[in-house]
Amino acid sequence: MTPTDTTLTSQDPVTLPAPEAAPAPVPPPVSPLRAFWAEYRESWIAVIALAVVVLVVLAALLAPWITPQDPYDIANLSLMDARRPPGYVGAEGYTHWLGTDANGRDLLSAILYGLRISLQMGLVAGLVALSVGTTLGLVAAHSGGRIETAIMRIVDLQLSFPAILLALVLVAMLGQGKGQLIAALVAAQYAYFARTAYGAAAAERRKDYVEAAHSVPLSARRIVFRHILPNIMPPLIVVATVQIANSIALEATLSFLGLGLPVTEPSLGMLISNGFQYMMSGRYWISIYPGIALIILIVAINLVGDQIRDQLNPRLKR
Amino acid sequence: MLGFIIQRLLQAGLVMLVMSALVFVGVFAIGNPIDVIISPDATQDIRARAIAAYGLDRPIWEQYAGFLGRLLQGDLGRSFVFNMNVTDLIFSRLPATLELTLVAVLGATFIGVPLGIYAGYRPDSPVSKGIMAVSVLGFSVPTFWIGLLLILTFAVWLGWLPAGSRGPTVEVFGVGWSFLTPEGWKHLLLPALNLSLFKFAMMVRLSRAGTREIMLTDTVRFARAAGLSEWTILRHHVLKLISIPIVTVFGLEFGSTLAFAVVTETIFSWPGVGKLIIDSINSLDRPVMVAYLILVAALFVTINLLVDLTYALLDPRLRRKGA
Amino acid sequence: MTEPLLQVRDLHTHFFTRAGEVKAVNGVSFSVDRGRVLGLVGESGSGKSVTGYSILGLIDPPGRIVSGSIRFEGRELVGLDPDELRALRGRRIAMVFQDATATLNPVLTVGRQMTLAIRAHERASDRAARDLALDVLKKVGIPDPASRLNTYPHELSGGMRQRVAIAVALLHRPALIVADEPTTALDVSVQAQIIFEMRDLVRSLGTAMIWITHDLATVSSLADDVLVMYAGRMVEAGPTRVTLRAPRHPYTAGLLASVPSRNPKGVDLPQIPGSTPSLLRLPPGCPFQPRCPRATPVCREDPPRVVDSGREALCHHPLPPASQAAA
Repeated sequence: MTPTDTTLTSQDPVTLPAPEAAPAPVPPPVSPLRAFWAEYRESWIAVIALAVVVLVVLAALLAPWITPQDPYDIANLSLMDARRPPGYVGAEGYTHWLGTDANGRDLLSAILYGLRISLQMGLVAGLVALSVGTTLGLVAAHSGGRIETAIMRIVDLQLSFPAILLALVLVAMLGQGKGQLIAALVAAQYAYFARTAYGAAAAERRKDYVEAAHSVPLSARRIVFRHILPNIMPPLIVVATVQIANSIALEATLSFLGLGLPVTEPSLGMLISNGFQYMMSGRYWISIYPGIALIILIVAINLVGDQIRDQLNPRLKR
Repeated sequence: MLGFIIQRLLQAGLVMLVMSALVFVGVFAIGNPIDVIISPDATQDIRARAIAAYGLDRPIWEQYAGFLGRLLQGDLGRSFVFNMNVTDLIFSRLPATLELTLVAVLGATFIGVPLGIYAGYRPDSPVSKGIMAVSVLGFSVPTFWIGLLLILTFAVWLGWLPAGSRGPTVEVFGVGWSFLTPEGWKHLLLPALNLSLFKFAMMVRLSRAGTREIMLTDTVRFARAAGLSEWTILRHHVLKLISIPIVTVFGLEFGSTLAFAVVTETIFSWPGVGKLIIDSINSLDRPVMVAYLILVAALFVTINLLVDLTYALLDPRLRRKGA
Repeated sequence: MTEPLLQVRDLHTHFFTRAGEVKAVNGVSFSVDRGRVLGLVGESGSGKSVTGYSILGLIDPPGRIVSGSIRFEGRELVGLDPDELRALRGRRIAMVFQDATATLNPVLTVGRQMTLAIRAHERASDRAARDLALDVLKKVGIPDPASRLNTYPHELSGGMRQRVAIAVALLHRPALIVADEPTTALDVSVQAQIIFEMRDLVRSLGTAMIWITHDLATVSSLADDVLVMYAGRMVEAGPTRVTLRAPRHPYTAGLLASVPSRNPKGVDLPQIPGSTPSLLRLPPGCPFQPRCPRATPVCREDPPRVVDSGREALCHHPLPPASQAAA
């Protein structure tokens, strides 16, 4: 570009002409976490996203205390109140701000309870996938040879296979239930963690300090836990953020298709699915509001993850 | 080049063998194989005869050999629900899915790549930020939810387009295609849009990242120093350089989109393979599930193979190395 | 004589990074006459390449020419309309880069890349473009050019690749070529070959050249004039013979002292102590002062111009004229 039409922005990665790169200045000593937060704070979108995530998690945790109604206590429900639009004042005397569903449930209450379940599934599946995947990746990177080849071949094969399909097949084979669904979500996602952990660990392995640690007789466990694990945490954290959001989305999709949780565990996906049939007749709120809650949660988690990834990506570093 | 092709073909064959073994172990050895072969409400007598006929009393490796043999003959069993050969059943549904997927992936590529290149070329312009915002949504928002919104907006509120099902088809080479009629397109538009959004997001990201990276290289600097216009640089240098990863992803994503169509087809009642598999899972029509798995695996192996070969064709460096 | 081909006056090119303003080129002036070769010498980070890019208007954000003037063939290039600048690039001013492996597009054939460069400035039929490409490839010493047109860059040797890049630069017979260390990525034997071929080419075509390098030995055998840069500033400039025989700036003297061929075998090469300063935090006054053996407190003020026999140095404590420092 020409020298005249240049604009300067703060988020553009700085690239000096390669042969003339200026030597980097020495940063003043600050704790890494502090520095990380200082940089994070610069993106207001990311800050809002983080606030949304915290709010949603709090709302889900406190659902039993802040909802006007326990949506799964049959005694509370009245068919008179069924399929009422947002703002309807029910028989109990309080306003259903988001309307009611086909069974006369207050949608706001149902959504908050649904969030609990969705979050729980996403977190549990994400964390289990994280530990399983990381372990496999580390074992592969550490052992080398046949074991390395075998593990990574399977992981790569699986990565080329769409997660949704794998989860679908597993749910179909294992049947319905919380445990089965988590197993399916983990099976569909662990490969991402294995790939990431393996890639990072293999890169770390080549570095000098691990070699140095190898030459001093240290146990393999010590090397993995003291040297490798801390260094591969950043990429794993990024993948974990994204995968928790993906788990939530995947669970919602499976529940929407009727293959997710049993009816006794109504997650957001199921609420949306239940409302789908009423949408054609214009009763949009039964599906739409749970959907909006789901989207806000997923997009917010993804935005937080994006920011963390940008900050940890050495290639975009100034 | 020939050695390279043969090597990849052998690899593909090996992967298929492994996949068939996995499916065999998963469905025939762990599950109760008889469930896969005959309907659960068959009489005791039929069960016994089936066990003998399929050799379920034989050693496991012999059973696997039998399974492989039937597989090679294309015999994947009969559907309980439709009472027809599973392979025929799936192939009868395939054109609908293929049509939907092709329109979605092609649309996503031809719209996504230029937009992505623009976003990578001018990363700070408001238009680029808008493009990126749409792609972030396309990535993170679940497909089924977008499908619902599309139906709500265009079918329920505006009433412009039908909410589901496939339009009338025209026979070409003995296969019915709906994209040849205007009414068919009306039905095709919403599901294709729904299915394409994720791919669109992916194409935008991919071409944006590639463009950003390439714009900083000496190749572009050299082209600029030679006085090439920015348009020529984008059109000839950048597009050619990013086309390699894009073709790869196009191929891989085409496969996963075929599978992903499961969700879209269910929402829009599109009579393709995806809807078939969901229906079979719900009705425990196991032979259909097994056949679908094997076919999808075969599809993925074939696509990987084709992508590798195209890669070699596009990247002259690789072509020489393989020779 | 009349106006020089290229005249750069008080050029400032800065990069606005998060860490601060990097003054990559900080007040550089020089001129190049038609057909002359200027050696632009400095260590990495001295601003010599950025100076070259500035001339072609190839400074990408966050970099910008902050002030100064670049006059070429009677036109001011700083602030020139982007399209007019583009029309000059490759036609009147061309550039050859360090590493042809990185500059040539790996997925386009040599012929295709040359055709694109030809058509950037003229409408040419396939036939005409091909003939021109063949002609120039022959000129830069590529054997069997017709068969090279259909090859990809990676199929050529390093020397051949750089010759192709030089051919692209010569396509439109430019008046000025900026060569940014075009031989550093090559084998030593090929380096010498290319250097002499380029010298002969520009001589026969009457093209002026700016040869950017860190290698004084090359400059002494190639350049008519030399300009030594340090930390974005010019420290010494003048006719090559005068300047390199008896440098007056201690930095030039230090550079010369570390050229291998000038030292007896078996003796450790003298090195300039310390390292180049961060361009973000330049010392006031002379930038070389922290490493300079002759530095005194007065060096914290801007150095005066010391002029003799057509050469100038910016130094408070210049070496004596015709000193023996470099011998």
